[in-house]
Amino acid sequence: MIERRSTTMLSRVADSLYWMSRYLERAEHTARLIDVDFHLRLDQSPEAGSGRWLRLLEASQAPPPEDGKIDAAALTNILTLDKTNPSSIISCVAAARENLRQVREQCSTEMWEQLNRLYLQINGTTSSEAWLLHSYVFFRAVQEGAHLFQGVTDSTMSHGEGWQYIQLGRYVERTDALARLIGTQLSSVPYSLDQSGEGEEYLEWVGLLKSCAAFEAYCKKYTAELRPLWVAEFLLLNPEFPHSVRFSVDMVHAALRAIAELTERKAEQPVRLAGRLRATLSFSQIDEIMASGAHAYVDSIRQQCGQAHTAIHQIYFDYPVESALVS
Amino acid sequence: MPDPARSLFRPPFRNYQFDTAYDEMFEAPGVPRSHYKALFQTLLGLPPEEMRKSQQAADLSFLHQGITFTVYGNEEGTERVFPNDLLPRIIPNQEWRKIENGLTQRIAALNLFLEDVYHRGRILIDGVVPRELVHSCRHFRREMRGITIPRGIYVSICGTDLVRLPDGSFAVLEDNLRVPSGVSYMLANRKVLKKVFPRLFRDYGVSPVDHYAQALLATLRALSPPSSTSRHEPTVVLLTPGVFNSAYFEHTFLAQQMGIELVEGRDLLVHDNVVYMRTTAGLKRVDVIYRRVDDDFIDPLTFRRDSGLGVPGLFNAYRAGNVVLANAIGTGIADDKALYAYVPKIIRYYLGEDPILQNVETYLLTDRSQRDYVLDHIGELVIKAVGESGGYGMLIGPHSSTEQQEEFRQLILAEPRNYIAQPTLNLSRAPCFLEGEAQARHIDLRPYILYGENVTLVPGGLTRVALRRGSLVVNSSQGGGSKDTWVLRA
Repeated sequence: MIERRSTTMLSRVADSLYWMSRYLERAEHTARLIDVDFHLRLDQSPEAGSGRWLRLLEASQAPPPEDGKIDAAALTNILTLDKTNPSSIISCVAAARENLRQVREQCSTEMWEQLNRLYLQINGTTSSEAWLLHSYVFFRAVQEGAHLFQGVTDSTMSHGEGWQYIQLGRYVERTDALARLIGTQLSSVPYSLDQSGEGEEYLEWVGLLKSCAAFEAYCKKYTAELRPLWVAEFLLLNPEFPHSVRFSVDMVHAALRAIAELTERKAEQPVRLAGRLRATLSFSQIDEIMASGAHAYVDSIRQQCGQAHTAIHQIYFDYPVESALVS
Repeated sequence: MPDPARSLFRPPFRNYQFDTAYDEMFEAPGVPRSHYKALFQTLLGLPPEEMRKSQQAADLSFLHQGITFTVYGNEEGTERVFPNDLLPRIIPNQEWRKIENGLTQRIAALNLFLEDVYHRGRILIDGVVPRELVHSCRHFRREMRGITIPRGIYVSICGTDLVRLPDGSFAVLEDNLRVPSGVSYMLANRKVLKKVFPRLFRDYGVSPVDHYAQALLATLRALSPPSSTSRHEPTVVLLTPGVFNSAYFEHTFLAQQMGIELVEGRDLLVHDNVVYMRTTAGLKRVDVIYRRVDDDFIDPLTFRRDSGLGVPGLFNAYRAGNVVLANAIGTGIADDKALYAYVPKIIRYYLGEDPILQNVETYLLTDRSQRDYVLDHIGELVIKAVGESGGYGMLIGPHSSTEQQEEFRQLILAEPRNYIAQPTLNLSRAPCFLEGEAQARHIDLRPYILYGENVTLVPGGLTRVALRRGSLVVNSSQGGGSKDTWVLRA
């Protein structure tokens, strides 16, 4: 008797889809951070701006310049077009494309063409004064390119196992990036929880929200009154907003459950880790978090996210032979 | 009706040139062959600007689709778009039928030859092919002796290079029996041409080629080991050396079109002489491997130890009959350029028939008198290394310098078995759209032959173009391009 071909997915392919998605998410995140900074800087004193630049470098895990001096041009170059910086936008998009190129036959033609086009567009960009002046066009293009890729992916690829690894990569990366960004801000910008900030301080919180694409969504829920406590609550615990930590962890958990079901593998470890993180976030109260130390809380989220990543790797991508003879 | 002799000088044919080569489009200056008339008329009526736009759109579409190849030995050395020319090459049905019969005959004979050489060796005992020639071939695989493979088919995927000589007849230039590539360009060219000349295409009645992937899958399934068919539908995979291989685009394309997994060596493992692939759901058994990795690199335990592309233990699984490789290992002896000279004899020996397609005259340099002749006439001949492909390791006498000739003279004297010589062929020429007008360029033709349940040829193939003016080298690595090939239905 001949049985129908069941869908299989190579471990290497799953690994590539996962990383492709992580890199693209990282590129989009960095592009948004710099874009927001560019516009914020116009309203700020130079001192306030340079403090944020160092935080920006830290949040994107880029090396600070050797001479310690930093200006807008240097910062933009390091984070965008510098091929020697593995977390620059150009490096991330190239890495995403390289990963997808290795599994081209697994994605739809439209997906490949969209990512390839984005890569060719960015790769042809050279830094110049004129470019710097209008660099926001570039950052918009990166964000739009990434959004377009996500849309094309969702509407042209089967929402099967491969798609789930793309989801997983995106939201693991997002959880980590959001937690890092929020942590850096809470530990370096002075604030009082219940008062809405003014002047420079107000701008810093607007900056944080915008860096998470969250300003408008925040205003809808809390009005335009910016209280650090509410901002933290929205970005950490909101279940509906796609750039909140809670939402991202929910998506990680959902993708892991779907994958465990599709592969019929006993994968308790990653699902359990993500489930626990999800439970923590859904039962947390923001005032408790702030009272017991927001920075530690955010650090623990990042740590658990890292554990889930390791568990995924060990179960699906790189497992010992004897554990896995199926047919 | 415009005067044909005068229309020759109208754009885009204003500067079109003729020489002694066979011209695919014109039977005499200004007089198109009957099957080219419609294309000729269309081109006369087409503003060059429009052609240029179509060409740009096509180039961009190739770049966006990532239809690229990798050039080796070049520092920049990464992806390049394979240039596509928009003017189709048209082959009348009657001519195609002869090509088809000739190639079917040839693949049948070469498979019988391989089976014989790796078993009893009758043809060697009978002295038709010298034993020395076979055993000194770099691609002869001692390990294959006595191994029985499904259906006795060693070469199931073949790409044979044909050229058209000045008298209009086709000749076989070389057989590619190991891992021939280029079929994806044939399919991509067709897709583009259908967009550029939709009406012309329909009116011409062109035979379709789009079913190639399906035919390839059927061929591979037909080879599956007997043990697998009772168990389940055979699992077929395509083994690629990886993303840095020059034909990587093609590997992904074919795997996707066939709906099979594209695997690298690291995705496979052998356990108890059975091949598995590593999937997210655990290990899955593999029955047929369409391998695009050379013999040398396929199994570091049996062949080259430094290979990181292969699968340790694969050869043992193969020998045990638990997995099928297509093409089989050791097929390279039959496309050795020195053995090529014996193919007409091989066809007569196994099939008792005369070859339908002629060979090109070939000088064997192990023979003293032939070698002396070649060394005296090195400036007129083409010298080729017997085991190379892709236009590497080759001297074109008339286009070479004295230093290059001297270098090859020394190479030949050091290792005569390693080289052959052929007359410099005047390949046929066809119009190509270059620099905004039609220019004549030399071309060849590589049809693809599949051999599983039976022999299948998709009507058409890859017409390769030597894009540099006057050049006779059509290989993509040496500045070649390609164009769509239209085989007419009637």
